[in-house]
Amino acid sequence: MAESEEPPKAKHRLLIRAGILIITHSLLVSVICCTAGVLALLLLPILAKNTYISENALLPGSARSMLSAHEFSDANKFVKEISSSNVEAASTGIETPRLIAQHIADLGGEVSYHKFHPQLNKFHPLYFFSSPDPGIVQVNYSCSSYGINTVGIIRAPRGDGKEAIVLVTPYNSLNITPGEALSLGLAYSVFSLLTCVSWLAKDVIWLAADSRHGEYAPVAAWLRDYHAPTFGGSGKPNAEICGEISALYESNANQFIGSEIADHFRRAGTIAAGLVIKVADRSVDVTRDTLSIYAEASNGQMPNLDLINTVNYLAVHGQGLLVKVEKFWSLLDSKWLKVFGEIFESVGKMAKSLNPQWVFGISAMEYIEGTATLASSLYNQLMQSLWKYHPSVIGTIRQSKLRLVEGVIRSINNLLEKFHQSFFLYLLTSSNKFVSVGVYMIAFALLVAPLPVVAASLYSDANKRSPTSVKHKLSSSPTSVDEAHITFRSWRWLSAAKTVFIVQLWGAVVTLLPYFICQLPNCTPTTSLLVWVSLSVFGLVVLHLVLGSPSAFVSASQPQEKEWALLKSVTVSAAFIGLCLMSVINFATAEIGALLIVPMCLMALPLRLNTSAHTFRAVARAAFNVVFILVGCPVVSTTSVLVSSGFGLNPSGYGTVPRTSLSVWFTFLAGFYVSTFCYILVDSPH
Amino acid sequence: MVRLKLVLVLFILCFASTSTGKEKEGIEEQFTEELLLRPLPDRKVLAHFHFDTRAPPTASYGRHHRIFPKAIYQLRSFLGVNQNAQSAMCKNMFQASSPEQSLTASYAGNSLAIKVLNTNLALLDQVHKFQVREMELSFTQGRWNYERWGGYDPIASSNVKPPGVELWAVFDVPQDQVDASWKNLTHTLSGLFCASVNYLESSTAYSAPDWSFREFSGNLRYGTLPREAICTENLTPWLKLLPCRDKAGLSGLMNRSSIYRGFYHSQRLHLTSGEFNSEAVNYGIMLEQTLTVVLEPNTLESGVTRSSGLALQPSWSLSSLFGRELGERCVLAKSSNVYVQLEGSLVSVLKNKWEETSAYEADTLSYEEGSLSNPSFELSVSPNRIIKEVNSLHPEGSSILYHYMMENYSDSKPFELEFKWKSPLVWSCPQAPLHASRFLMGSGNERGAIAISLQATKRSDDFLVADIDEKGCRLRVDVFQVVPWYVKVYYHTLKLFVDEKPQSQADIIEKMRVSPSEDKVSPGVMELILRLPCGVKSAAITLEFDKGFLHIDEYPPDANQGFDIPSAVVSFPDFQATMHFLEDNSSNELPLVSKMKERSSVLSYTEVLLVPLTTPDFSMPYNVITITCTVFALYFGSLLNALRKRVAEEESRLKSKAAKKSGRVPLLLSKLLAKVRGKPWEPPQAASTSSSQISYKLIFKVILVAGIAAVRRGKAAEAAQEKTCYNTSTLAFSSYI
Repeated sequence: MAESEEPPKAKHRLLIRAGILIITHSLLVSVICCTAGVLALLLLPILAKNTYISENALLPGSARSMLSAHEFSDANKFVKEISSSNVEAASTGIETPRLIAQHIADLGGEVSYHKFHPQLNKFHPLYFFSSPDPGIVQVNYSCSSYGINTVGIIRAPRGDGKEAIVLVTPYNSLNITPGEALSLGLAYSVFSLLTCVSWLAKDVIWLAADSRHGEYAPVAAWLRDYHAPTFGGSGKPNAEICGEISALYESNANQFIGSEIADHFRRAGTIAAGLVIKVADRSVDVTRDTLSIYAEASNGQMPNLDLINTVNYLAVHGQGLLVKVEKFWSLLDSKWLKVFGEIFESVGKMAKSLNPQWVFGISAMEYIEGTATLASSLYNQLMQSLWKYHPSVIGTIRQSKLRLVEGVIRSINNLLEKFHQSFFLYLLTSSNKFVSVGVYMIAFALLVAPLPVVAASLYSDANKRSPTSVKHKLSSSPTSVDEAHITFRSWRWLSAAKTVFIVQLWGAVVTLLPYFICQLPNCTPTTSLLVWVSLSVFGLVVLHLVLGSPSAFVSASQPQEKEWALLKSVTVSAAFIGLCLMSVINFATAEIGALLIVPMCLMALPLRLNTSAHTFRAVARAAFNVVFILVGCPVVSTTSVLVSSGFGLNPSGYGTVPRTSLSVWFTFLAGFYVSTFCYILVDSPH
Repeated sequence: MVRLKLVLVLFILCFASTSTGKEKEGIEEQFTEELLLRPLPDRKVLAHFHFDTRAPPTASYGRHHRIFPKAIYQLRSFLGVNQNAQSAMCKNMFQASSPEQSLTASYAGNSLAIKVLNTNLALLDQVHKFQVREMELSFTQGRWNYERWGGYDPIASSNVKPPGVELWAVFDVPQDQVDASWKNLTHTLSGLFCASVNYLESSTAYSAPDWSFREFSGNLRYGTLPREAICTENLTPWLKLLPCRDKAGLSGLMNRSSIYRGFYHSQRLHLTSGEFNSEAVNYGIMLEQTLTVVLEPNTLESGVTRSSGLALQPSWSLSSLFGRELGERCVLAKSSNVYVQLEGSLVSVLKNKWEETSAYEADTLSYEEGSLSNPSFELSVSPNRIIKEVNSLHPEGSSILYHYMMENYSDSKPFELEFKWKSPLVWSCPQAPLHASRFLMGSGNERGAIAISLQATKRSDDFLVADIDEKGCRLRVDVFQVVPWYVKVYYHTLKLFVDEKPQSQADIIEKMRVSPSEDKVSPGVMELILRLPCGVKSAAITLEFDKGFLHIDEYPPDANQGFDIPSAVVSFPDFQATMHFLEDNSSNELPLVSKMKERSSVLSYTEVLLVPLTTPDFSMPYNVITITCTVFALYFGSLLNALRKRVAEEESRLKSKAAKKSGRVPLLLSKLLAKVRGKPWEPPQAASTSSSQISYKLIFKVILVAGIAAVRRGKAAEAAQEKTCYNTSTLAFSSYI
């Protein structure tokens, strides 16, 4: 365009100009942003802040511990009894619950048995969309598959019973390890103390969870019966059938003061907080008592940071324990992390030498530990295990740990409100350092920032190129037709959107199919696989026919190479919206998803375009594309399969991972995009 | 001063004249004080104080009282006076020409005599408003443990109350004035008892049960405040209503620290207007004040016997329970009694024990129930009388009351009762046929469900023969539940389960009344009459609800704790918690005993529920204001800018810019650079490619350096902030320690 001859054209505003600048340099911007995003993610351990207790009402450690030698000796006696009883009657597994129940009743607590059968780990992709109360599962269970939780409740003497604190000690009723017996003893001593204190404002529930079917199942079953009981009752084990269970009730009639052991489910109020206590068996590293905190997230929310802070504060300042947070041990030895750590350390040193006030470097070792913890934090958010957190104590029962548990319960008891909502979004890098949501979102934002830029540049490119051709064609035609064409042109992205929608719909159907196929009776894996493949192909064909061929209509009016640009632009913006929504709900999923999806989004290009141009660059790009799709697909699919199948790699020893809705959603998202990009790659150049 | 003296003299005169007038009538005001002690199965002791004050009808007796508390009489006298008396009083007041008349009126009205004198008309207005037939106000802390402390005896069914404040009143006014009377009543009681009873004034807080709560039609109003904290400030005004306060008599035992240390604490005030009550026709007004506490005796030796399986119940005495001795009785009291009650089941256990231990088989017949010579317990003072229950409905046995009269004791010879256990015993209290509990289902901030579950108690089979009609044996259960409006209950989702099987509503529900809640106007009320089959083991009712949103002004101060759903009332009208005692003229005069004889249906309250609702971030308005202001500023700034500039101006500016070629930023930068270098600035030469390239590089460098500096600065500031924050918090903690 010749600007010099015409009168100076009014320039755009600064913002718009900046936008145009960014869009025109989209490649550079996206490369910079992505690198910065990854770098920011790696920088997170350095940006971590020290934790502080934000809820003043918790008042940790403000009261003197009331535990005396009496509770201590009682607990030791209890542990001995449990260990000996287990040796005597090893097979039945009702001896220990009975013993625990008797002790609780002697203390004056209310006792009930909670019989459960472990739920089969069934993948249910529609769980997220269905109502919260699960349907009644009609399965015949045999007597041997039951577990018996013992639930003891202390009613707060002057409380109104609206809230409750839960204390969970998992143990295997068939074969108690010394560690489990110790954890039961620990809970018992705290429980016996709490029966006689007057400061209790919330009820205390002690759940001695029978972990013969895994540690997760009993707690989940109890929580399910607590929050969503089924009154239909067909799935409940009944004592009449199983002789063993009915024997529980016969044994100790009339021995207890006032109340019998209840058959029905006893409850207290709304659960305010829960602690899972496990005493580790391994006796390595006993130089100093250690406490490990497993902070595991559910639905993208971590346990409240104040809770962890309270434990940390009491453990470190009160009892002088060594506090650890769960981390990925494998990451500690990794070379590349070490390199990064050293780089950051040296940068920090350099900055310090420039200006002594610039203190931001942390040592390489700290960095590696922080990263390992952060990674496990992210991983747990991704896997979304049960809300659980257990300070795990090594060694024998010592008063310091009893005091710790007492202190934590007392702190929670002090709190009149629920925990503050803003303290659920964070990542831990060590027991006293955290990265808050405001910081870690920057990394994510940088990572996704290229997507809208690329989408906009692709769209404007497609629009810019076509007008010339259209103008060329329509130079002789009347203006009315021109107007119609202009409106048509501006709505052209709709057909691309339709294509994306169809492919994503197909992706959703394909992802949902395995669940329904599994419902079919008598099918071997091979047949079900065949059914799945054939049904997915059939679905694609049907969608293609019903909604019309996506490319047929478009290709008539505009050239091929423009079409894919529009399609990609729409897909990229859809991916952007999906990722942003996901990040609000579950950061870890979104972050890891972004790491996989963003490069795919930026690189994807129709194969034919690459192959037609025989330059080195084009070939390289094509190769990249193929590699990304081939690598991306399996990675995404394996994660989704891992999550969805319900058998996971859970570091904390919990055998199974619960089926979680959000992971499933992530699977959907990933499925959509993978299918869309496959489509772009293969299908679009007809 | 002269006027005041005159007033005083007149007052004395008038008081003398009215009191002489009273004696002619024959009925006197009377006050009785009683205390019932009962050992509970779980090592605790129930203490139930019962104070009864009665005054003859105003029509025959006048408005002056020696004993009856004026505050309550004032409340009531404006309530219970029938229309004729009212109009007569009106006339008197209007014709109050002589100072004597007006003074008497004012004295009866209020201690603030002068003020009342001036506002006669206002008071008369109140007369019309306050017509309370019956009223009950209770302050409760803690929960009654129905399983351990029983729910099927007169004391439990009429004195057990839900946590917090409960108020109900029956008015004797036309329907349309009931609400106004209720509002006035709440305000009056709020002032009297230092409690936030006035929060019951709003129409969202109270309800009008039709038939399920009490058998009154129409004019009953019912409200509860589950979160009200109960403390001495509520007890002191309550004690002030007693003629001896807590200076003498049984109320002298109420050591604050010991009665508030208990596991349950409920103070109750029940006002009945005699004109409407057939049982107390002789009396114009009856005030019943009760304090029910469950205490745990201090035990030092409890730990020793714990492991042996059966623990000896802790022995107790009056002074160890209350930390005070019982000295002089209240001389104003007509009678002053202490009872020790042994429950039926305990008596039968005692009997068995006797039979086991007695060496001579023949002697078993000679065992007399309630005799003190038994191997299980010992009372340090022998009772004046033993009152036995007859015709007990409970199969376990009939209970026994040991009666002590306080006339014989004084400060110099205090009544020191000691209850000493000699052998460990296990018994259980009589329980209501079904144990009612209520809980919330579901999770999340959107919806949930309320479930009321009824579990058959152990002994319920024995007396489930109550009501047999053509449909077979049926057990009637009344349920009354009030739910605040922000918990939007869908009553059509009502589901019933009997013995874990879903049942159709028509089979079980005999009568049902539902008034759905209206947003910000009225709570939802559900009244149900269920007819359950007699052998029922468990029953459940579920109702689904949505959680509502509140306006920011409507949140209570501690909204983050959650919102309360008041207790539901579950009653069993087929079962009457009464006790029959051997007919004896003297026992008729004991108000507590006659109270136990009264028929009252078995009643139990369910738990208070806590519903976590979505709460806003209450600092949000500040953020909203800030961001709105910013947006407005930006908008108006740009608008003004656009309006102010002319097109011609813009064009000329553009032209000049085009002429200048080099932009402003490079110019500025070159200036800056010159300054940095310390050289005088030279105007740039004609635009050349090399210079522009240099300037771009410069821009990049400057931005990089500035960016790093800004980040560092910001980080340092943040770190400093964090540090101070942490320091203050640790300081706070250390100060607490």
